[in-house]
This record gives sequence, structure tokens and C-alpha cells, in this order.
Amino acid sequence: MPKVLINTDRCKGCGICITVCPKKILRFSGKFNSYGYNYVECIDENLCILCKSCALMCPDVIFTLKKDE
Amino acid sequence: MKTVYEKPHSLTDNKTIYCPGCNHGFVHRLVAEAIDSLDLREKTVAVAPVGCAVLLYDYFNFDVVEAPHGRAPALATGIKRVRPDLNVFTYQGDGDLASIGMAEIIHAANRGENIVVVFVNNANYGMTGGQMAPTTLPGQKTTTTPFGRDTKHDGFPFRMAELIGSLPAVAYSARVKATSPKHVLAAGKAIKKGFQNQIDEKGFSFIEVLSTCPTNWGMDPVKALKWVDDAMESYYPLGTFKDIDGGK
Amino acid sequence: MSEKVLIKGNEAIAEAAVRAGVKGYFGYPITPQNEVTAYMSKRMPELGRAFVQAESEIAAINMVYGAASTGELAMTTSSSPGIALMQEGISYMCGAEVPAVIVNISRGGPGLGNIGPSQSDYNQSTRGGGNGDYFLIVYAPSNLQEAVDITYKAFEMSQKYRNPVLILGDGAIGQMAETVILPEFKEYSSKDHWWELNGCKGRDSRSVKSLRLAEGTLKTHCLHLKEKFEMVKKNEVEYELTGNDYDILVVAFGTSARVAKSSIKEAKKNGIRVELFRPILIWPYPYIQLAEAAKKAKKILVVEMNNGQMLFDVIYAVKDESRVEFLGKPGGEVVDPDEIYEKIISIRG
Repeated sequence: MPKVLINTDRCKGCGICITVCPKKILRFSGKFNSYGYNYVECIDENLCILCKSCALMCPDVIFTLKKDE
Repeated sequence: MKTVYEKPHSLTDNKTIYCPGCNHGFVHRLVAEAIDSLDLREKTVAVAPVGCAVLLYDYFNFDVVEAPHGRAPALATGIKRVRPDLNVFTYQGDGDLASIGMAEIIHAANRGENIVVVFVNNANYGMTGGQMAPTTLPGQKTTTTPFGRDTKHDGFPFRMAELIGSLPAVAYSARVKATSPKHVLAAGKAIKKGFQNQIDEKGFSFIEVLSTCPTNWGMDPVKALKWVDDAMESYYPLGTFKDIDGGK
Repeated sequence: MSEKVLIKGNEAIAEAAVRAGVKGYFGYPITPQNEVTAYMSKRMPELGRAFVQAESEIAAINMVYGAASTGELAMTTSSSPGIALMQEGISYMCGAEVPAVIVNISRGGPGLGNIGPSQSDYNQSTRGGGNGDYFLIVYAPSNLQEAVDITYKAFEMSQKYRNPVLILGDGAIGQMAETVILPEFKEYSSKDHWWELNGCKGRDSRSVKSLRLAEGTLKTHCLHLKEKFEMVKKNEVEYELTGNDYDILVVAFGTSARVAKSSIKEAKKNGIRVELFRPILIWPYPYIQLAEAAKKAKKILVVEMNNGQMLFDVIYAVKDESRVEFLGKPGGEVVDPDEIYEKIISIRG
């Protein structure tokens, strides 16, 4: 099972990851971190195919991606 | 669980001062990944520019010296000449590298200094609020070209990767962008090649990264990436302009 | 092993630096210091050390900044207009507390001026020279042996205080040949002092920088620099007083002091009670020692190859302008012993 860990406090809400996710499972959370940014969240990590597009395109290195061995 | 992706060790946990969507974040990460993968962190000395990336030492988890505006290649020369065992690179923006530091970059390249130069081209002076840079596109509006860059008045933007690539002592000169996952991977590969060249003592490696400046361009981060693809790339073609390995 | 040789000033300075253990030399052509760069271009590679002819003085000083930020000994040499161009890098190095040695074989100014020996860079040398609140430690040698000895110890001095040291010579010092004793080769081991950038193996990463944006941090840093400079002032005093029996005290540094010595000799033959006070370190300036020496002088004659720059330091020390006389020779010309002699005669009262 894939695991999408998001460091929400580093997120600046640029939204680039949302546009590149092929499974459309990232979205703005509507919540704000301590810096005032509307951070992203993953709505269903079970759908994640671990393509790393979000991590590759994130300017703020907020994603950690894991999977079961 | 197996980690598929995580923050490279060569980046600190500090949050950057960069605006949302700013491409400095990409480029920092790619440099850090290259250094991690070649196991160079503990012998790296980076040279920070003046500009948005001046606080490089807060973000990189290795030694950093801060240069006067444009002089990073001269500092890198000094470091590498007295300590050839260290891994040395400069990280510079377009105003720093192609305007005030034009002499330093051209001469360091022309001497074939065994260093890596990472050049972030976002077509304006970001930190000072978006003035015309030596790489501002013809017609592009900035705070000092309110009617668009007039080439009759301001001349044409420099194509640095081509200029550097034309020098005989240069080992590698390439232009990349970071507008899609595929291109980010290619950019990372180019940067890693630069550091590998340094390990192999091949000489000067120059990687120009076409980058966004959403704030000063007045665009949202996603549109800014599109502007790199549409507007910037038409003036600044991607490619390898010099490779002493013949592209191997 | 030390050895006695007949050697030109510029080459003597270069060899002294080599023997002090300089690891990187970065220079740019300018008269009258070209022999240093030429000498180093051969000598440094011979010893497996770094030599680069830079594209400009701006690049040269920044190569020094880079090399020295690793903890290795680095130096550059230039002449007045070149030193003016280097002020950017010098200011950064003072801000970042990076030690190095800079030699100014100065020439006539302002601007391109001429290539004659001059002392018109005194203010630039002793008041920082670039932007911001800082000082350089500044030596003014008066003959070649002294130039050699000062160059040799300047590296240690710069390391001790983590501050650049400037050696202010002039075209006469650079171009004349004299017999000097060259010091023995020193082995410099670049051991870690907890600030150098030499790779973060086994430790946290470090930075060398002058930018201090966070509120209050620059003030704290500048107060630290002030404390350091106060310590330099307290510890480092170098001057020469040629005798204790005088009515007239000539105050001069570098080449003008050398010339003044022969005028003083002549005047003494004619029964005039005159001696020389010669600061060797011109920053920090020996104010207290000069004030003390000036007490018993009826007249104090300041001789400089400029329009009056050290003059203000002398007035500041003596605090009695009525006793201070000035003989200046600007325009890249060496002051003539007869001129000084006649001035001594004219003020003896």
C-alpha cells in the first residue's frame, strides 16, 4: 500500500503538484498552516501509483513517498 | 515500509524564503540530490550569489561561502585552486551571473576551472523587485522596462548556455527546464553530470535552468511554468551546447 | 634556512610570502607591482601552489576571498587604482572575518595618476577603504628588509585577528634593489579553527558570510568587530623613534621616512636637535606613543608624499596644531632630502 506523507508546514500552496498528479488525488485542503498557506492534502493515498510526479514538481520538498515492502 | 522518495540529506529542514512556486526550490533540490547520489556532501563548498538565493547556507546542509554580487566564479576559482580535493560549485541568478558578474563567469569558464556553475535564469532581478535582467525577453515588461524590453534601447538577452558552450576549455554546457516531471528528471541528470565531470577532473560545467518568478511575472505558479514552456523556451532552446564526452 | 641576497623589492616581497607559506596567489598586471605577479607565476607552480592571473583586480581579490575562506593562506598584490577596485572584496572579507594579505605598491593618484612612488593612499588604507564599519591592519615598510619581515609575519597577524592585513609600500619600495636576509621556509598547516570551509565531514555545515539580515544581528556583529579592533589597538603597536634628544620631531612613514633620515643626519651635523618618529603600523596608529614623544618637541614636522593625510593623525595625537608643520610632495614624486633639510632649517625658530 502506498503512503503519501505531506509536510504541510512547508507547503506554500503553489498548487503545482495538483496539476501534475495523474490520479487527481491531491487538492487544496482549505486549511491553513502556520505561515498562512492553504496547504495540499491527499484525498485517497490508496489510488497513488507512486509515480513521484508530485515530489519531482514540488519546489518546497514537502512529499515523502513510501510503500509496503 | 520502503521509502520511494524523501527529502535529500543535503537539504536542511529550514523553510525557504522563496515565493510559492518559485523554481529555486526545484533547483536546490536537484543540486542536493546530485550531491547526495555522488556522496559529495562532506567535501562540498558552495558559493552563494547575491539575489534571492543569497541565503543558500540556510538551505544546504554543507559548507557555503557568500560572494559579492557576480563574483561567485572568482571565489570558486580561489577555493578549487588551493583545495582541489573539495567539490566546488556556484549557484547564481541571471543578474548576478550575466550582468555584474559577466567577466567572472566568462573567464572562469575560459580557464576551464574544474567547478560546476548552476545558473538559474528567470528573466528578471527577483530579489530587488523585478527589474530588467540581461536575460529579460524582448518585449517583456519589468519594473524598468514598463513598455516591454525594447531591443533598440536595451539590446538583446544573452543566451548564456550557448555563449559558455562556445569556449574551448568548457567541458559541458546545457540548458534545461523544470516545467514537468520529465523535464525535472532531465534537469537533475544534467546537474549530476556536471558534478561527475568535476570528480573526473574534466573541467568547467555549466547548467542553465529556465525558471519561473511567479511573483514578479505577476502569474500564478502553474501559469508561470507554462510561460517558461511557451515564451522563454522559444528564445532559449533547451539542449546541450558543449559536451566533451560527445553526449555520452 | 635564511639567506642573504641582492633582490628587487617586489620580488623580495613575493619570496617572503612564499617562505611564510602562502598557498594561493592571485594577481592582475599593474605598474609598479608587476614583478610580484611575474615572480609568483613561476615560483608558486614550482612549489605545487596556486597561481592565477585574474581577469581583473575585482576577480583577484575575490579569488583570495574564496581561497582564504578554506583556511589556506592567500594573498594578492596590486597598485593604487587596482586596490581601489579591490575594496568590494576587502569589505566582504572584513565583514566575513576572512584573513588574507594584500600588498599595495602604491602609485600617484587620483585616477590613473602616474606610476611614480606616492603615499596618497594613506587615507584609503587606514580608514577601511570600502563600505561599512571596519579597519585593515596596515603596515608601512620603509626599506626592503622591513618589507620582507613584515610580509613574512603579516599572514600570522591576519590569522590571529581573522582580518585582512594590508602592506602599504610604494613604487620606490617595489622597484629598488637591496641586500636582504630572506627568512626560512615556514610550514603552514591549515589546522581547523572552527570557521573554515573545508568540507563538513564529521561536523555541522558552516558558512562564511557578511550578510546579517535578522534584526539586531548586524549590530551585534559590528560590536564584535569593534571589540576585535580595540584588541588590535591595544596589542599591536609598531614604530621607530630614532633618539631622545630633540627640539624638532619629524614624523614620516615608509619612503618619506627613509628620505627624512638622511636629511636629519645632515641637520644634526649642523647642530640641529632633530629626530624621527616613524610609525611602522599605520593602523592601528601609535597615537599614545607619538603624543608622548611630541611632548618635548618644540616643532613637529610631518613629511608625506601627498597633500597631507597622515597629518590629521599627527594632529589628533599631538592635540596642538600650532606646533605641527607640514611638508607634502604629491603627484607620484619622491620627496627630496634637501627639501626636508630646508624645511627643518626654516622651522627651527
